[in-house]
Amino acid sequence: MSGNQGLLERYARVAGAEAVAQMQQLAEKLRGARVVHVNSTAYGGGVAEILHSMVPLMKALGLEVSWEVIQGPPEFFEVTKRFHHALQGRRVDLTEDHLRLYQEVNQKEAERLADKLSEADFVIIHDPQPAYLIRYLPKRRGYWIWRCHIDLSRPFYPVWRFLEKVIVQYHASIYSMPEFSQPLPHPQYIIPPSIDPFSEKNRELAPEEVFRILKDLGLDPSRRLVVQISRFDPFKDPLGVMRAAELAQKFISFQLVLAGGGAADDPEGERVYQEVVQAARGKKDIYVFKLPPEAHRTVNALQRAADIVLQKSLREGFGLTVTEAMWKGKPVIGGATGGIRTQVVNHHTGFLVNTPEGAALRIRYLLFYEEKRREMGLKAREFVRQNFLITRHVRDYLALMLSVCMGSPDRLELETGEACVWPPVEPGPPPL
Amino acid sequence: MAEKDRIKYPGPFVVKDCALVSVSTGEKAYTLAELVEKIKKIDPSSIHHHFWARHLRPSFDHPEFHNDFAAWVHMEVRDRILAERLNLISPHEYASMEDLREALILLIQERVFEDEHLGWRKAENPFYFVKSQLIIFDTGMRLEWPHEIADVLESFSPGTIFYHFIDARRRNPQGLDDFRNWIRQFPPDYKPLEDLIAKVDPFFLSLYEIRDFLIRHIRTFCARIHALREEPSRRKKGFPRPREGG
Repeated sequence: MSGNQGLLERYARVAGAEAVAQMQQLAEKLRGARVVHVNSTAYGGGVAEILHSMVPLMKALGLEVSWEVIQGPPEFFEVTKRFHHALQGRRVDLTEDHLRLYQEVNQKEAERLADKLSEADFVIIHDPQPAYLIRYLPKRRGYWIWRCHIDLSRPFYPVWRFLEKVIVQYHASIYSMPEFSQPLPHPQYIIPPSIDPFSEKNRELAPEEVFRILKDLGLDPSRRLVVQISRFDPFKDPLGVMRAAELAQKFISFQLVLAGGGAADDPEGERVYQEVVQAARGKKDIYVFKLPPEAHRTVNALQRAADIVLQKSLREGFGLTVTEAMWKGKPVIGGATGGIRTQVVNHHTGFLVNTPEGAALRIRYLLFYEEKRREMGLKAREFVRQNFLITRHVRDYLALMLSVCMGSPDRLELETGEACVWPPVEPGPPPL
Repeated sequence: MAEKDRIKYPGPFVVKDCALVSVSTGEKAYTLAELVEKIKKIDPSSIHHHFWARHLRPSFDHPEFHNDFAAWVHMEVRDRILAERLNLISPHEYASMEDLREALILLIQERVFEDEHLGWRKAENPFYFVKSQLIIFDTGMRLEWPHEIADVLESFSPGTIFYHFIDARRRNPQGLDDFRNWIRQFPPDYKPLEDLIAKVDPFFLSLYEIRDFLIRHIRTFCARIHALREEPSRRKKGFPRPREGG
């Protein structure tokens, strides 16, 4: 059995043979297409995790796929972090120097990656960091698609205006939710992200290993555990989570863990982490862990050991940690925002809340009703299996790629027996 | 004489699959007045999407509301009366998307006339108009006789069920699903099977539930065929023989 076949069979065992057959049938029509993904970090954060799984799976389906990471000085990532905040609706100060630095790094990276990107049939640019590459590659031949992973529903306008100037040059863009799309002159696809059931973060773990990891962290495996796993970012509301735990702990005893990793493109994380550590100082049963980007098994163990998982974000693109927890059969108490609302079906797979008080009440309720926790957890796992595994995500990308290169018709009937529709026609000029 | 020669054989059933990608139309509405204006102009594929695409996108089995308009009116406009009325709309009762569009507009307008403030009540979150693109592909699977459906149904993806059961109602005359459209071209012995399939109301069932329903009922039907074969005196002329073990 070839490695590719083995990989596909593994996914078929979890996602279903029909899910893999669908991907194969779509990929057959794109066989040999050269696809390049570009983002700004190889480790840490949801985008890198998705690409670690998506790239090998797309290769196994017969596409020529590569993944490029743009590089830049720390100041560049300070600027792009402000972009990130601004696009999620926060007012930020961005000077002419900041914008110049952003463009200079994109220009330099465009020169470095020119051969690869100019020749690719599909270039998928993830998030705003590398968005300006397109401006510096006028001789590109393939379809360029901008994949926005963040909540763009109410961007801080001056920053969106700056970015929009180049986004209009893409042939299509992708968002996790319809709310995040903006008026643009090209098709805007809605594709929720996904998790990989075989990644270090999601694979099955032996109970002994979970026990050992908890002991190593100084936690008591015999006591109830509530966790929030996310970057240390104000939008994840770690202080609100702490407040919710304190309110609930007046009535019921449990350990709260706030754990998060950093990412190479997130310089603000350290500052927020220090704030959270300061706030937790002296508080019983509240634990704050800064985890290295490679601590996937630790995250896995914490989610598996948890009785409840929180993701009380104030703004959220999608919230992959919610999907991860649901896959492990845990009810999730999530902030009623962004993609969390798509995943947490209120009263079925968890609860949606708006305040620390709301979260506190739901923590008490779920810790009290063990049977309800179990029932919600089972529903949550099946919900993820049907909707949020990497196989569905790859299938949607393949469908989108076919749709884009066929002119985005409402219906596209692929001809029987035709081995490969690629390349169909030369891509048209950019929309503007 | 071969079975296919004895009857007017309509040809094999071509099993197809589909993937649906959602595309934002960029249109949104904050009030019922705005919603009506947008519905008047929106692409018909968007109306279809808001009634049917929930089957192929992340949602929950047995949701309280059966179309996106009813859910939005309930959750965001907070008018339970209109939400209940919209929830009752069965889209396959309408001959075309234009008829369905008209019914939606009438229902919303009627409610707005009942309560003059309602038309301008601002929703907490807007209604986002989305449409779907359907990518259809041939699975290579062919069925020779109707009773073979039961053998292969378990391997059908939700996309296959969606294409042959829900999308088909837009394509076929009289709004039939593809299975019934094919079966009715066979001799009348298959009429009971057609009637069984007609009992499925896809509006209330998830794609997995539709699949399970068909498996259960078609297997029961096949068992009856076997029973008839065992009693030749009762066997009707023209009834094709099922495959062994089928």
